Amino acid sequence: MPPTLFGVAVIVFVLLRVVPGDPIAMMIPPGASEADIVRLRALYGLDQPILHQFVTWFGQVASGDFGRSISIRQGVLDLLLTRLPATIELSLLAALIAVAIGVLAALAGILSRGRRAEWAVDGTVGVLLAIPDFLWALILLLLFGVLIPWLPISGRIDPQVEIGLRSNFYLIESLLTGRFDIAFALLHHMILPALALALPFAAIIARLLKASLAEAEDQDYAQIARARGYSRPAILLHEVFPNALIPTVALGGVQVTLLLGGTVLVERIFSYEGIGNMAIDAVINRDFPLIQGLVLTFAVMFIALNLAVDLIVALLDPRLRHG
Amino acid sequence: MMSSLSRRSILQLAGGAATLPLVSGLLGEAAHAAAGTLTIAYNVNLPSFDPTVGLSAVNPTIQSIYQSVFDPYIGQAPDLSFKPGLLTKWGWNDDRSKVMLELRKGATWHDGSPVTAEDVVWSLQRAADPKGGNPIQFVWSKVGNYKIDGNTITGDVLEFEPTLFKWMAFLTGYILPKAYYEKVGAEGFEKAPIGSGPYKVDAFERNAFLRLKAHPGYWGGKPAFETVVFKFITDPTSRVAEMESGGSDLTFEIPYEEFDRLKSKPGLVGQTKPVSDIAMIFITDIDPMLDRNVRLAANHAIDKKAIVDRLLKGYGVPISTLEAPGYAAFDPSIKVSYDPELAKSLLAKSGYSPDKPVKFTIQTTRGFKPKDYEMIQAIVGMWRKVGIDANIEVYEIAKHFELRARHALAPAAFYNWGNAIGDPSTSTGFAMFGPSPHCAWKGKDLVERIGPLWGEKDEAKRIAGYKAVSKYIAEEGEVIPLFQYVQPIIHKKNLKVVAQSSGMILPQLITPA
Repeated sequence: MPPTLFGVAVIVFVLLRVVPGDPIAMMIPPGASEADIVRLRALYGLDQPILHQFVTWFGQVASGDFGRSISIRQGVLDLLLTRLPATIELSLLAALIAVAIGVLAALAGILSRGRRAEWAVDGTVGVLLAIPDFLWALILLLLFGVLIPWLPISGRIDPQVEIGLRSNFYLIESLLTGRFDIAFALLHHMILPALALALPFAAIIARLLKASLAEAEDQDYAQIARARGYSRPAILLHEVFPNALIPTVALGGVQVTLLLGGTVLVERIFSYEGIGNMAIDAVINRDFPLIQGLVLTFAVMFIALNLAVDLIVALLDPRLRHG
Repeated sequence: MMSSLSRRSILQLAGGAATLPLVSGLLGEAAHAAAGTLTIAYNVNLPSFDPTVGLSAVNPTIQSIYQSVFDPYIGQAPDLSFKPGLLTKWGWNDDRSKVMLELRKGATWHDGSPVTAEDVVWSLQRAADPKGGNPIQFVWSKVGNYKIDGNTITGDVLEFEPTLFKWMAFLTGYILPKAYYEKVGAEGFEKAPIGSGPYKVDAFERNAFLRLKAHPGYWGGKPAFETVVFKFITDPTSRVAEMESGGSDLTFEIPYEEFDRLKSKPGLVGQTKPVSDIAMIFITDIDPMLDRNVRLAANHAIDKKAIVDRLLKGYGVPISTLEAPGYAAFDPSIKVSYDPELAKSLLAKSGYSPDKPVKFTIQTTRGFKPKDYEMIQAIVGMWRKVGIDANIEVYEIAKHFELRARHALAPAAFYNWGNAIGDPSTSTGFAMFGPSPHCAWKGKDLVERIGPLWGEKDEAKRIAGYKAVSKYIAEEGEVIPLFQYVQPIIHKKNLKVVAQSSGMILPQLITPA
């Protein structure tokens, strides 16, 4: 993990300073002189050579100090720790919805195998996959926010609600502490962005799982169970499904990173207060310390997710578990 | 042991899952503004609460929020004129060697403590500190050695700055609480800011919303709405959806097509206001723009009215100089006509024609301002007809700033220039004065003409001087002013909204209809 993160840190640091546009250029007002620009560059340490800047920054990161955001004027780590829980909760909810929809669609598809209903399921899954998450976000926003205005379309919670929670994991804490009014208000706001993120991912799960189910269903053990008189749905669920799950988790798990990447635009569209939304502002403002912190955070999450997927596959697959 | 699971039960489960969001919606809270609450779908996030330091301090779009929480030294009326704010009197002495400020009596901070002359002096000194990070420090540092006598403050003019008092109404011109700031520090102030403005901060969820409550001790009287919510909805489509869903009471900066559609909906009202922001094309003094005929032809070949009518649905005011109507040095007598035949003849004098066009690059943003790219496409089409073959290069606004500061823009570059204090020095002055890093035309002709106006102490003479400079620039074609932007505002019918020429949306000026 450390070499990967170091590589990411080097790439993002150098790229930010090579591409045109820096925070000082965004900051200088009419009337600023060359001397004012020099003064501001020095104030933010941007007058130093890139290598010197990198060594200083990386040294700070190694000691847990991600620097100070130029635009927000707060510690980057504090900002990340404040906003990251919102993105994690949204991603978890989206993953849950995706798994639910994906598994149901795969089961519906396999149960209707060889019939017209299978085309309908496959067609629906194809549509879910073909439309990217940000487009789903806009569709859902217009559908449930405007056409049938049943759900809120902005924010993480209604501004009138007094939250009063200790952590920034609002949903998890409110559920654990029995504050279901808050949990309900949060879910109410999270459903649309979570659904937008979930639908393409659900389609991936459905496709992978259905293919695995079809392959596993043709195996001898499934045919023997059928010959013994067990119903097909029961065989699918109890015999075929656990075996089909392993390749689905192995391949689909990696795709969770796409879901995480999708939070950037989806959070923006729904004005959701996660790190994805913050990332866009950071880029617009050329807030170098914040962008660097965000990229490193995403990198850590991607690596952790891949690791988690490997562990889950190992747990599910006895061949891997027992060497 | 296997349980029996039928296809029917699986489909029932799927159906149940699909209806969850709908059930949730029916049970959930209605997306309507609570009574006594004004909800504004706002177009940018609020990065920082300190209105005097860093990037957000010079972002004009954020000033509406700052002016809800903090008081500027001097107030500004909707027409850009200046009026008493926390300072009730201000001015120079006769020889412009001293400034005199008089603080309003009875104003209080949100924690109930009084606003004092010490707060004013501390705010001015902090703004002038080169290490303080105030981007407008170069203005504030021109006065010092403040002395306090009751509610009156005097200061020595270290270098005459004619726009000093105008800046006191705008960017970074805010009074902050000395004692509170020193007690909580910069980080503490960001977490729990207090000001002396009409609203105090009640709750802030970064990138989501800011909730304000009316300041009961506000010197200007209690505002009409007890609670104001700024929802940070940066995506224009989402802001439109917010209005259609009833989730917000007011929004602005939406596409003109959507504005026209929304304003015809029952329960909604649309209003427009020309604001202190103009579209323009910088001309850089490099080949082929060193040829006066080419510059003038590029000016005369553009049908600004057609661009406004067709691309901006009529929401724009064509202009001929960088001074828009309402600015102190606006001169309606200066006209740059749309005359393609004149453009052709000018180009012919330099040996160019539609068959043998002059070639150069024009840079533009795409999506940064309404129809920016489409506008440049239209202009390039107009130019082609008279003998100008321009190649469009799209770049990000950050790249524009950097190229401009390095004097490395293409011969033509689209930009928008805001000037909320309406002073010619902050439009024509900084945009066309060679030594300024914001200037693309570095010619000595303008340095000689604008230079003496910086320190001109006779205000009438200074304004007349800028009018003369604007006339000269128009005659030489050294910049291409296009039009003044018009701000579209959509709000519920039950509101009365006072639109500002500065483009600010101030909740304290919004009342029930």
